[in-house]
Amino acid sequence: MNPASESLGPASANVPDASGRYGAFGGRYVPETLTRALDELTVEYAKAKADPAFQAELDQLLQDFVGRPSPFYHAKRLSEKCGGAQIWLKREDVNHTGAHKINNTLGQALLTLRMGKKRVIAETGAGQHGVATATACAHFGIPCVVYMGEEDIRRQAPNVFSMKLLGAEVRPVTTGSRTLRDAINEAMRDWMSSVETTHYILGSVVGPHPFPQIVRDFQSVIGSEARVQSLARFGRLPDSVVACVGGGSNAAGMFYPFIEDKEVELVGVEAGGRSDLAGDHASPLTFGSPGVLHGSYSYVMQDEDGQTCDVHSISAGLDYPGVGPEHSYWKDTGRVRYTDCKDNDALDAFDALASCEGILPALESSHAIAAGMKVAASKPSDQIVVICLSGRGDKDAAEIARLKAERQ
Amino acid sequence: MSSIDQVFADLRAANRKAFIPFVTAGDPSLDVTSAVLKELSKRGSSVCELGIPYSDPIADGPVIQASYTRALDRKIKLSQILEMAGKTTPEMTAPLVTMVSYAIILRHGPEQYVRDAKAAGVAGAIVPDLLVEESGDFAKICKANDFSLIQLVTPTTSRERALRIAETSTGFIYYVSVAGITGERTQLPADLLENVSWLRSQTKVPICIGFGISQPEHVRTLKKVADGVIVGSAIVRRMSEIGEKTEEQVIAEVGDYAETLIEALNE
Repeated sequence: MNPASESLGPASANVPDASGRYGAFGGRYVPETLTRALDELTVEYAKAKADPAFQAELDQLLQDFVGRPSPFYHAKRLSEKCGGAQIWLKREDVNHTGAHKINNTLGQALLTLRMGKKRVIAETGAGQHGVATATACAHFGIPCVVYMGEEDIRRQAPNVFSMKLLGAEVRPVTTGSRTLRDAINEAMRDWMSSVETTHYILGSVVGPHPFPQIVRDFQSVIGSEARVQSLARFGRLPDSVVACVGGGSNAAGMFYPFIEDKEVELVGVEAGGRSDLAGDHASPLTFGSPGVLHGSYSYVMQDEDGQTCDVHSISAGLDYPGVGPEHSYWKDTGRVRYTDCKDNDALDAFDALASCEGILPALESSHAIAAGMKVAASKPSDQIVVICLSGRGDKDAAEIARLKAERQ
Repeated sequence: MSSIDQVFADLRAANRKAFIPFVTAGDPSLDVTSAVLKELSKRGSSVCELGIPYSDPIADGPVIQASYTRALDRKIKLSQILEMAGKTTPEMTAPLVTMVSYAIILRHGPEQYVRDAKAAGVAGAIVPDLLVEESGDFAKICKANDFSLIQLVTPTTSRERALRIAETSTGFIYYVSVAGITGERTQLPADLLENVSWLRSQTKVPICIGFGISQPEHVRTLKKVADGVIVGSAIVRRMSEIGEKTEEQVIAEVGDYAETLIEALNE
């Protein structure tokens, strides 16, 4: 049964519905224990969203603490190298803590305080969400526990160190593939036992309703700024907008404000890994099928029995077998074109941006750069391609050195 | 009347309570699972729960999760599990229900799942990640096939919501004793009895309590308000000792353990 094929109209900004559905996707598939917390979160978030004081406090924090608006940067030499459209970068890498993740964690930390909860838990893959959560919690003085797969702890040592310096407890997850998916499972389990006092700051547009909506809304500042900056610079919207998709939070935040602008092409880039074979990539929108994982109905990499498949990416932040339900909705409505980028192409894109522009992109963002370069190369020079540079690459330096040595 | 309804009608007539053990399918092998199910039924279990291993179980504690991982590492498939069930249920007096993630049901196809499970003699399903709001379509399929859909109530469930769940649950209501994951615990929450008593007064559907139950003292306490108790991790942990001990030894020990709890339940 594939409910996704039913009743899909054109993608609109008016999702989710009251039950957390994006077309057929989304919803809540969680243990009963969590429903009260999710109901409470839904109500409190709706109140916060409508509360000018809440929005003003968040806006002030984003400006003074994060450094927003983030720059809109013309990558001239990279554009010349591609020989096509002009590439512009939405510089989330220069945010405080080095990635887009801080936009969401500050918003959710404010919600935590608003709900009167005393403790925060989070999960992290690449560590950027963990660092951003630890930072927001340090800012507000909230105790914080971050779950992280052992494999990711190995790959992202600098971020683990940062989280500890910021006062967070990092709990290694040793089950399953020891990556992001297992970290989410453990965080959900913790939440089951501590739901009365703890808020779970989910790091992407995944999970049960209302998380995909909350994270998208907090990340929409990226696309809203890019829209304004594009209109200010060119007097028009960009021709294409490109972002990488793991769970899909930077892409959701980047795309959402452009959803009703039909003339803007939106391109989501999944982790193509080593090959198209199952287990070699992390591209559920490209190769997966609709199913349930981590509390929502969305595209998932699963076997014929519904068991979640192991996935692979050189980028810890994209190494996830599911994707946010709104992306599934955008895929099936045709509003966003999803493609994938192989590990090696992402490494090449990393080098290209580093050498042409003096910017080290995160390995996650390198996937978007690779696909964005292709899009730009296929278009005339008067067109504009905006790529979301979701995070900076310092955290990946050691892993890139290892990967380059392997390639030689 | 479904086979589970019949069990609870008979228990009530005899003023007895249900003992419901849980075992993980395929840990350590489907042959052993079949043998232990038959043993548990023979020893006087009222209903048996068969856990279908899932790669990402959120509600389960470390003991059951590890058993799922062991089973999946052996490449156990749903078709093999149902085939085993089909051979085992004719030799059991206790009806068999599956504890199964909705991810697996959805992938198999909800109608197909119910058809195949029924064909294997399975009487119902507990779907821990299918909330009452999302269960409408599947509940209809279950009802049309006289297949029990056992729903869960937890300490965080509001009373209004508990009534909605009680209205749609068939077979019995699975009352989760603690806000948390599965696993043995030494103490049960203080307000558990009061909460179950209240629900007991509101519905005719039998109420069985699970999560954290492992000792005869728990059972003696809970039988005052519940129609039965569910024991999972304590059994799965014993099953994991196969290897250190022989299969026969462990199956007999699990049977003895079940009998101790059944005696405490009905003394």
